[in-house]
Amino acid sequence: MKPIDVQAVQAALNRFVGDDVYLHLETTNGAYAAHRFGQPMAVCAYIRNGRIRFERAAIAGNRPYRVGLKMDQGWVYAEGLTDYEVDEKGRLLLAGHDDEGRLAVALQLSRTPWPMSAIEEEA
Amino acid sequence: MAQVEKTRHLLLVYPHPDDESFGKAGTVILFTRAGTPATLICGTLGELGRNMGNPPIANRETLPKIRRKELEQACEILGIRDLRLLGLRDKTIEFEDPERIADRIEAVIREVKPSILMTYYPKLGVHPDHDAMSNAAVIAVKRLPKEERPVIWGSAVVHEPEKILGDPDFVIDVSSVLEQKLAAMKAHRSQFSGIFARVEEALAAGGEAREEVMRLLATERYWIYRLDD
Repeated sequence: MKPIDVQAVQAALNRFVGDDVYLHLETTNGAYAAHRFGQPMAVCAYIRNGRIRFERAAIAGNRPYRVGLKMDQGWVYAEGLTDYEVDEKGRLLLAGHDDEGRLAVALQLSRTPWPMSAIEEEA
Repeated sequence: MAQVEKTRHLLLVYPHPDDESFGKAGTVILFTRAGTPATLICGTLGELGRNMGNPPIANRETLPKIRRKELEQACEILGIRDLRLLGLRDKTIEFEDPERIADRIEAVIREVKPSILMTYYPKLGVHPDHDAMSNAAVIAVKRLPKEERPVIWGSAVVHEPEKILGDPDFVIDVSSVLEQKLAAMKAHRSQFSGIFARVEEALAAGGEAREEVMRLLATERYWIYRLDD
């Protein structure tokens, strides 16, 4: 992934407007947050393959960035995004990494479902 | 210190690539060097790991493929020739039907007839996937007639497990294979630097810091999980 280029990400977001897209949305402080890193508890939430359609998409902020997707009835939001990639399948990957390269948040959009396992993807 | 000797077959049951190496690689290497055939059942490919390498070498979608390769490299170093991937998904094992996961572990047990089954000590694995996988392993072992059951070697992740379990049943001195143990751990490149940043610093610093880390890495501990029926 590369550091976020606002114009490139905005253009990539715009390409998904109005279509059915598959969302991967995730935030985590790690399974060992409480055990090893002195935080009160491990916190994580993720949705893989939520199918959504949004009418407007925007990136805001200045490293780290925020992204909001405005849907007919609701919002998708992510904060703390630092890096992006449009992969060879045209999928948009956005992620927020901490100083040690650990993923803290991810927001990804694809026109086809995200694979459930790498084994399945290879088959 | 317990001696590691050749045994009929070693079966490892873990949820993530790297579980077989972090804290356990020395014991596995000693077993396989003694001529013990070894099989690893790995539940997931650690799809949701937050360590991407530092600097990052993976993203959320490439991570499982990279971790699979890392696991295969680690297995080579560990002398594990038989790797079974269950294709479950990271962080979701506890929500699956444990009996169905036990079915798959049981099938492997009946096939390779292990004398020792290594897994996390039930309920003391800290990570929910660790506990779900060890629970399924115990269910599978319990289905076997007593005389066919492997001995379950459990490792505990909780702080101060002695306070719960007493002294470990096996304390293994792995100092003779320490370099190979480190190589197996480092094969998990995407994970190692994030999890063992301080270990890496100490190894690089050399001198007393390095000695101290090497001493810690030289001992591995296991508690037998005894079945009550």
